[in-house]
Amino acid sequence: MKFSITLDRGYKEDLGDNKFEIHKLNLYYGSNQVLKDIDLNIAEHKVTALIGPSGCGKSTLLRTLNRMNDLIPGVRIEGSVLLDGEDIYQPEVDVVALRKRVGMVFQRPNPFPKSIFENIAYGPRHHGVRDTAELAEIVEWSLRKAALWDEVKDNLRKSALQLSGGQQQRLCIARALAVKPDVLLMDEPCSALDPISTARVEDLIYDLKEDYTIVVVTHNMQQAARISEYTAFLLNGSLIEYDETNRLFTNPSRKETEDYITGRFG
Amino acid sequence: MARKSYCEQLTKLKEDVLKMGTMVEEAICLAVKSLKERDDELAQQVIDGDDLIDDFTVKIEDCCITLLALQQPMARDLRVITTAIKIITDLERMADLAVDIAKVTLQISGQPLIKPLIDIPRMMEIAQKMTRISLDAYVKEDPEMVQCLIDYDHEVDALYDQVFRELSLLMVDDPHTIKQAAQLLLVARFLERIADHATNVGESTYYMVKGERTELNL
Repeated sequence: MKFSITLDRGYKEDLGDNKFEIHKLNLYYGSNQVLKDIDLNIAEHKVTALIGPSGCGKSTLLRTLNRMNDLIPGVRIEGSVLLDGEDIYQPEVDVVALRKRVGMVFQRPNPFPKSIFENIAYGPRHHGVRDTAELAEIVEWSLRKAALWDEVKDNLRKSALQLSGGQQQRLCIARALAVKPDVLLMDEPCSALDPISTARVEDLIYDLKEDYTIVVVTHNMQQAARISEYTAFLLNGSLIEYDETNRLFTNPSRKETEDYITGRFG
Repeated sequence: MARKSYCEQLTKLKEDVLKMGTMVEEAICLAVKSLKERDDELAQQVIDGDDLIDDFTVKIEDCCITLLALQQPMARDLRVITTAIKIITDLERMADLAVDIAKVTLQISGQPLIKPLIDIPRMMEIAQKMTRISLDAYVKEDPEMVQCLIDYDHEVDALYDQVFRELSLLMVDDPHTIKQAAQLLLVARFLERIADHATNVGESTYYMVKGERTELNL
């Protein structure tokens, strides 16, 4: 399936394969409509950033990609979200398996109150890996991928809560990677981190996109500009503009986007 | 409107670029006047005044760098600032060319002109008009205004060719004229360059407003 976005400047570009295809997505919390008619394709092995003011629906949109919104009472979803061509909202879809393929990293690092090793081993063990050597291998692989191995390799039995905030966030990324997902969803992964930790996570995102499709929600527009290939701007639940990041930040097509990214908003 | 102080600084930046443009326009005008009227004092005034323009260039550039560093501008704001940096570079070069013309006035001081100056002042008028149009377009943020610069630039180029031919013939006829003719030829060349810089300012303005490129120096 080819990734193409209908750009506001009036032509289509083929940009590789689609990981997600979102069609006419509407989402309601009770009577409150939070997402309105979202049509969006997300390219495989690229970083896509979702930006927009608080309450615009970007985190909700992110959460539709691994059905995290299902957990919220009173939520109603219309439209379709295709992952590799298959609708993840079909009743027969195994949500646990879906979330294994589509991992998530949250705003605040949320390690389990367990050792570093156990944090990473938790997912694979849950999915049936019992062999200690295999688990150890997965732990090392994940920590290396998350650029944390060298810092913690001698202290794997230490409590994860003793790590710094930046290390905890990379631990959470390692934990997400441990179950070998295809996609990583990140909901403001750096908002609780200092600039140095932020830079490390950004470097990590850059390295990870070779193997993963990454979707990041961020309030930090410079971050979106730095790390993503494509950026979607949402406002009041609608997708206002979706374009190459470079284009969106230098010459957006829509006035709403311009007002938002230049800080003229409100 | 949000970001009040930032918006004020952007407005101030544009005003400063315009102010610098006015100074440069005047320098060009006075330089050619000094040549036409054989006014050494006026020529010296242009040469001395260049320091002010240079200082102003640095001041505006510093302001742009500060805005980039502190405000992380995006979209049109980003283009306004990068365009300002480009435009002041062109304007600064134009002022230097005005100084070069003024220096010719001093170099041929006291010598009778080998021919009456007709085409050179005409080139100056057009180059000056082009400078004004490009700056007006910049201030009014009107990308359509700059389109006429193409034709004006052709006119200046044609006049330059004419001056070149005329002075070449003079030099062939009478080798005594060579020294001054070469100087006057340089003046024509300087004016042709000034016109090119004016088209650059026009192109930068077009990019600033539309976010797309245009070619005016055809």
